[in-house]
Amino acid sequence: MSHRLATGGRLIDRARDVKFTFNGKHMKGHAGDTLAASLLANGQTLLGRSFKYHRPRGIVASGAEEPNALVGLGKGDRYEPNQRVTTTEVFDGLSAETQNHWPSLDFDLLAVNSLVPQFLTAGFYYKTFLRPRAFWKHVYEPIIRKSAGLGKAPAHDARDPDRYEQLYAFCDVLVIGGGIAGLQAALSAAEAGARVALWEQTAHWGGRAPVDGVTIDGQDADTWIAATVARLEGMDNVHLRLRCMGAGLHDHGYVLGYERVSDHAPNIDAPRHRLWRMRAGQIVTATGAIERPLSFAGNDLPGVMLASAVRDYVVNYAVAPGQSVVVVTNNDDAYRTAIALRRAGIGVPAVVDARAEANGPLVAEARAAGITVLTGKGIRKVKGGRRVTGVEICRIDSKGTAFTEVFDCDAVAMSGGWSPVVHLWSHCGGKLLWDDAHHFFRPDANRPPLGVDGTGFVTVCGAANGDLGAVLHGAHDAGVVAAKATGATGNAPTPATDNAPDMVPMDAVWMMPRNAEYDLRMKMWLDYQNDVKVSDVQLAAREGYQSVEHTKRYTTLGMATDQGKLSNINGLAILSDALGQPIPATGTTTFRPPYTPISIGAIAGEATGSTFQPLRRSPLQDWHEQNGADPEPVGHWRRPYTFLRAGEDRHKAVNREVTNARTNIGLLDASTLGKILVSGPDAGRFMDMLYTNMMSNLKPGKCRYGLMCNENGFLMDDGVVARLSEDAFLVHTTSGGADHVHGWMEDWLQCEWWDWKVHTVNLTEQYAQIAVVGPKARQLLERLGGMNVSADALKFMEWTDGKLGGFDARVFRISFSGELSFEIAVPASQGRAFWNKLLAEGADLGVMPYGTEALHILRAEKGFIMIGDETDGTVIPQDLNLNWAISKKKDDFLGKRGMEREAMIHPDRWKLVGLETLDGSVLPHGALAVTGGKNANKQAETEGRVTSTYYSATLKRGIAMALVRFGPDRMGEVLEFAGPNDARIKARIVDPVLYDKEGAKQNV
Amino acid sequence: MSELAQSALPGARYEGFVTVTEAGLRGMITLRGDLSAMAGAVKDATGCAVPALRRVEASDGKAVAWMSPDELLILCDYADAPGLAASLARALEGQFATVANVSDARAVFTLTGAQTGDALAKLCPVDFGTLRTGDIRRTRAAQVAAAIWVSGEGEMTLVCFRSVAQYMFDLLSRAAAPGSEPRLYA
Repeated sequence: MSHRLATGGRLIDRARDVKFTFNGKHMKGHAGDTLAASLLANGQTLLGRSFKYHRPRGIVASGAEEPNALVGLGKGDRYEPNQRVTTTEVFDGLSAETQNHWPSLDFDLLAVNSLVPQFLTAGFYYKTFLRPRAFWKHVYEPIIRKSAGLGKAPAHDARDPDRYEQLYAFCDVLVIGGGIAGLQAALSAAEAGARVALWEQTAHWGGRAPVDGVTIDGQDADTWIAATVARLEGMDNVHLRLRCMGAGLHDHGYVLGYERVSDHAPNIDAPRHRLWRMRAGQIVTATGAIERPLSFAGNDLPGVMLASAVRDYVVNYAVAPGQSVVVVTNNDDAYRTAIALRRAGIGVPAVVDARAEANGPLVAEARAAGITVLTGKGIRKVKGGRRVTGVEICRIDSKGTAFTEVFDCDAVAMSGGWSPVVHLWSHCGGKLLWDDAHHFFRPDANRPPLGVDGTGFVTVCGAANGDLGAVLHGAHDAGVVAAKATGATGNAPTPATDNAPDMVPMDAVWMMPRNAEYDLRMKMWLDYQNDVKVSDVQLAAREGYQSVEHTKRYTTLGMATDQGKLSNINGLAILSDALGQPIPATGTTTFRPPYTPISIGAIAGEATGSTFQPLRRSPLQDWHEQNGADPEPVGHWRRPYTFLRAGEDRHKAVNREVTNARTNIGLLDASTLGKILVSGPDAGRFMDMLYTNMMSNLKPGKCRYGLMCNENGFLMDDGVVARLSEDAFLVHTTSGGADHVHGWMEDWLQCEWWDWKVHTVNLTEQYAQIAVVGPKARQLLERLGGMNVSADALKFMEWTDGKLGGFDARVFRISFSGELSFEIAVPASQGRAFWNKLLAEGADLGVMPYGTEALHILRAEKGFIMIGDETDGTVIPQDLNLNWAISKKKDDFLGKRGMEREAMIHPDRWKLVGLETLDGSVLPHGALAVTGGKNANKQAETEGRVTSTYYSATLKRGIAMALVRFGPDRMGEVLEFAGPNDARIKARIVDPVLYDKEGAKQNV
Repeated sequence: MSELAQSALPGARYEGFVTVTEAGLRGMITLRGDLSAMAGAVKDATGCAVPALRRVEASDGKAVAWMSPDELLILCDYADAPGLAASLARALEGQFATVANVSDARAVFTLTGAQTGDALAKLCPVDFGTLRTGDIRRTRAAQVAAAIWVSGEGEMTLVCFRSVAQYMFDLLSRAAAPGSEPRLYA
């Protein structure tokens, strides 16, 4: 049976049908429907099962606050769980599946949980599953996982094919919420001259006013809304967005907006979501209010809805949530629903009003329409199984032991009053006041979120401010105040006047009936989504919970995906009552962004696929990729670990590269090394502070290896420094450390030694740098010609520049391999041409590129340390026997005092040694030397650890370096290292320099 | 050997709602020091005055961009950069000033179209609505550093480090994909 009314429906287009499926069943709605409206129109009231008890649940609300009606939308790669049907615009081909039932929505075996609710009360998690311990993993957890929870995560191999993006934006005044208050605030702020942005989370401007029958300057609200939107659209200083939710309000006027660009039209070629990152000078929150449920037994049955939602469905979508609707309220506003229902021809057996008297104009209008009004009454319980079949009425002040009347009905419209949406106001520290007249928290204008200058940067207007009557003049004021605060000087004309009926104050009703007995209380739901009831909060209070934050976590009240939008105030009212204190003394829990869940895709933005993170490419990267490079990450670079040839594995390729470098010529792409220019009259002084050794006495034309430590004395970076001129040094850093070292230099220069005359320029990427390594290296350079690179002209640890093979080159004679070696820097743009030239000219000399693993092995054979292998942030140079590189002449350098601390000079520190396995095998990475004894924690006692370990193709055996207790004093001693499966591997302590100890090879 | 020089992504081009083109090699020289003290040398070398805060001055194929209170970026033909850097260094001898040729450390992209600000607003925390021709911003594009200036009507020039040219090109292409116009500025 269709529940679509014959006429009306201000948001739908009856001429356009939309086809969709619900649990595989084909259904039809109209363009403009939300999925909720379409489902109700199709008579689908049962939409899911509750979290713990698997109770049948239906739609409660009509907007973002919906706790129950969550479905899985889409299929396969586009499947997304926990989507609210009330905020999903229906489109052709939409597919929705219900969640949390087994085996089916209509017949759910797990509903037996509902028969034993005493096992699932507040804190059941903590109480029930403690013992026996083994049961948790094997019995309890699998059962809870099956029974609890909402939607399932998408399949592990699902890949979201949609586009997401972020957008940085700026404005003077950001107005959040496009109801009539937000529209007016935006208009007034714009007329005052501010640059304004206005966001509305739904697809329509105007909010509730048209549904609630508000008139503006004597016309209906829709007329004013259309005219105002048109005016705003015509202003150059205004930017409007629909379907854009203010998600989070942060310090410095930073606001996150969540724009659902194409959720409603997935076939258009557009991003799905866009995350706005707005910087606003001032923010006006016009976020409206959310109606509160009433706590009566059975208030969670499908068919029990918020009164405002009922009239939204009737007026906006021409959908009848029921054929016969009982209205239950503690305020005048709900009478609007009774009147709207009656106007639409829907039966209203009675309005049940908890107040002793009901006399407002809306009440009078309802009575005049012939609607029965019962006062001083409440709902004792809702009758029905899978949906409402009737209600039992009792006196509001009774215990509810007996009913006074019974009504047959198929829906209940409830109103427990309104709660201003204070979330955004509160995100950044705005404070709240308890309003005794209206029984809600509203923003305290005297304690707004404060900006950098100590003044407020958020104002609030409309229902969000607790103004449930006329709002336009207040909104105008808010808009003007915000605009002026950003320096706007224009005048905004007097706004239109909205007419709202007088409302007689509501009565606070936190439980219905007020003295309800336990069997009723345990059927009164506070938090629908997490299945938290009045009795649970009362139990928590009895068990000693006083803080609202603790109670929240113990009972899980407000912790579901809806974050307690409906349950918050009702829950803390129950808690306050149980604790015998007023509500403001209990306070609220913390409002945290986002206002409603936002997609992970929007948060990731562009950071997916090839733009997930920046991968830095060397000028030779294309060549590497075309020539078998097996990449490894070094910082954001991807350096070749080795160059694989046909039929080779990594091990074989690496050995080939090592052997070739020792016998012919190896080429290494060293472009990734950091190259930082340090220049100025105080450059030498600065270098002496940066390095542990002396740099200021280095002569131009010379190179020197140096160590950099942090303030604590720990080794941070190392590399070769070349002195370019009297006042300029070129600092080489590790590949991964370049940006950090540059930042480190600037930090000291800008914050500590700001008066030193030193400039730094990061030239890392200016040069392609290629190491030409091996006994035939000089021969190759001589073939290129143009530069004298003889042993006399360019000595070890010298540099020179000029033309080499026609290229602008700077040649450093330095060696990290122990071989005769030149590092040649050419402009990066010429790097590839130079590399090609070296390969061509050196072909008959056996020139062969090598990767980082060969680099590591070559240096390890020579006992050279590697930052990140021999160091881990806790190692000082002395641990690595690098005392020779620590100046004793300098008064100070970074790390000097750190190294003098007691723990750093303690003789017990583990120190660097070389290792040779007795059986020639390769030790595992990071292997620990074990003594055979136990430490204080009854673990295996250790006395050292492997820092680098390789197969040496040169020595044809496993070699390693390690930090060992008293290591250098224990030469020749054999240690046992722990390997996999309790293996013990014996290795002898040796000098770390295993190859060419006298340095003859590099000094030719 | 500049005839063998190759920019990071020669010929790279994407046509979306904005056209993204790799601009090839450009001469770039970093100049650090007291901006007012260097004004004469800058004028002699480029014909340009020292630019005001976040501005670019251009004259006859050369340009000078404000980078920080003590840093300028000089733009010229790629082939001219080493010579220009050397003559600037000579002119500034004796001053506390640093001259460095950084032409090869950079990649340059040109963005053209009416909606360049809309594309870049997806990547850069910059208020493109307030930029006028000759304005420059040092900022970031997603996860990497970038400098962007309005180089003409409907044209922006973006400079980043050479090693991230591919990342930048992918970012810009993605941001300019048809159908994703945010219509924020145009």
